[in-house]
Amino acid sequence: MTTPTWTNPIVKWIDYRLPIFTFTQHHLVEYPTPKNLNYWWNFGSLAGIMLVIMVATGIFLAMSYTPHVDHAFDSVERIMRDVNYGWLLRYLHMNGGSIFFIAVYVHVFRGLYYGSYKAPREILWMIGVLILFAMMATAFTGYVLPWGQMSFWAATVITNLFTAVPLVGEAIVNWLWGGFAVGNPTLNRFFSFHYLLPFIIFALVFVHLWALHVHKSNNPIGVDMQGPQDSIPFHPYYTIKDAFGLGVLLLVYLSFVFFAPNFFLEPDNYIEANPLQTPPHIVPEWYLMPFYAILRAFTADFLWIPAKVLGVIGMFASVGVLFILPWLDTSKVRSARFRPIFKQVFWLFFADCLVLGYVGANPPEGYFIPLGQLATAYYFLHFLVVMPVLGIMEKPRPVPDSISAAVISGKEDT
Amino acid sequence: MTETASTGTLADETDQTRRDFLLVTTSTVGVVGTALAAWPFIDSMNPAADVRALSSTEVDIAPIKVGQAITVVWRGKPVFIRHRTPKEIEEAGAVALDDLPDPQADADRVTKPEWLIMVGICTHLGCIPLGQRRGEPRGDYGGWFCPCHGSHYDTAGRIRKGPAPKNLAVPAYTFIESTTVRVG
Repeated sequence: MTTPTWTNPIVKWIDYRLPIFTFTQHHLVEYPTPKNLNYWWNFGSLAGIMLVIMVATGIFLAMSYTPHVDHAFDSVERIMRDVNYGWLLRYLHMNGGSIFFIAVYVHVFRGLYYGSYKAPREILWMIGVLILFAMMATAFTGYVLPWGQMSFWAATVITNLFTAVPLVGEAIVNWLWGGFAVGNPTLNRFFSFHYLLPFIIFALVFVHLWALHVHKSNNPIGVDMQGPQDSIPFHPYYTIKDAFGLGVLLLVYLSFVFFAPNFFLEPDNYIEANPLQTPPHIVPEWYLMPFYAILRAFTADFLWIPAKVLGVIGMFASVGVLFILPWLDTSKVRSARFRPIFKQVFWLFFADCLVLGYVGANPPEGYFIPLGQLATAYYFLHFLVVMPVLGIMEKPRPVPDSISAAVISGKEDT
Repeated sequence: MTETASTGTLADETDQTRRDFLLVTTSTVGVVGTALAAWPFIDSMNPAADVRALSSTEVDIAPIKVGQAITVVWRGKPVFIRHRTPKEIEEAGAVALDDLPDPQADADRVTKPEWLIMVGICTHLGCIPLGQRRGEPRGDYGGWFCPCHGSHYDTAGRIRKGPAPKNLAVPAYTFIESTTVRVG
């Protein structure tokens, strides 16, 4: 990368003092990108665009929303009926959350499949896990704001998790609530956090991209770029590919917004919060269901640890385990393309996540209980046993010498 | 040789034109699309349907005696309703239009001469002029006086002296009955 020479005198003057043009040139235009990226690599930028859409719609919704227990529900209904295009902003925001999570989950599973978390991209990956945590917190606090029945009881159930903390659990929960039950102070602080967290996500995304641009993108064969013959400039090749992907994503997203806007929402959330009556069946949003299933999978005390504490630990550990994945996976080969057994194990793990989601969506009774426990056990088994052992036992297929070699030999397509 | 070369150039040029066309059309659609998508966001900040629905106010003016004035709220703004005395009406009608910074006849500012109805916001920088209550200064022309920057309004609410550029605004209003007026 050479420093470009600018001919326009104004550009030159600014760039000498603040090199924004050189920066853009290096990181968005000539930025070397592997020439063999497939469509699974679209989802990072798609997630970034969803973040921007969520922040934009959120800022305008906040102008018409009232974070008070007596007015929150009505203010959301006012947004739907009276505020110009309020219905559009709310449906974009509401469905945007789901689309954002879809984009991020595809992005995460792409990383798992192609070994994007392996050296030297461990920190890049760990920042990604932090972003996922921050997204979950944002989604949860946002879900509470309309102050419907699901909002209220989700807030109650999730904050009650902290009563699992020994000795000070009760004090912590009262502190979280700002009272002795979920109430107005809780709603106020959730609104504050819901507005703050996306900006923290922005900062994390910036660091995520900073780390990405040090060693550049991984690619479907998992062999790093070795020179200019392996790369193409980001612009126009990937800007146009990302733009096409965005078009497809918007078609799906806006189909929900305009034709099935309440597809992802529980109807109970159109009933105003009632602290004296719990709905018959409480479920979180779909993107949190697998974690909810893990929370409920622990039904018996283990030694001196109560089941409630185990459930909470299990739920946090299910995301937290991703932090140490770069060291749990002992295989030197990144891409599942050259790991015949891992390739199958990957899909088994993916199916396990779907089962957990299915269990999380259903009431904790009958065969759902053992099924959830089995799926939870396999979830942790995958990370803590299968990944370390498989890396040692498995004999990988021969890995191409370079991206160019793979592209030319046609192996790239396998 | 020459012919081959020229054919090559022609093909390049066609290609170039085609690329330019695609770039310009795609960019245009992108820009127009983004602008259209921005409109719902901007429009959401305009007055909402429930705000627009509250845009008229009905006032019972029966209790207002000659020489008295009341202030009512219409669209969040103060509206002055003064039951003018015959002397005030006479004064307002006697002024030569050439003497006014914002020339307007008194008859054009009222439906019924005894009822003067105006938005009570100084046309200078938005303060509320004094003169509604007994004992408040009414300025040099017996109407209203704005304490912020010293604008004097006459008994028809017209600007006579001071920095304000315009007469006090007259809102749309109708007398539903002889003693009830609807503003807005």
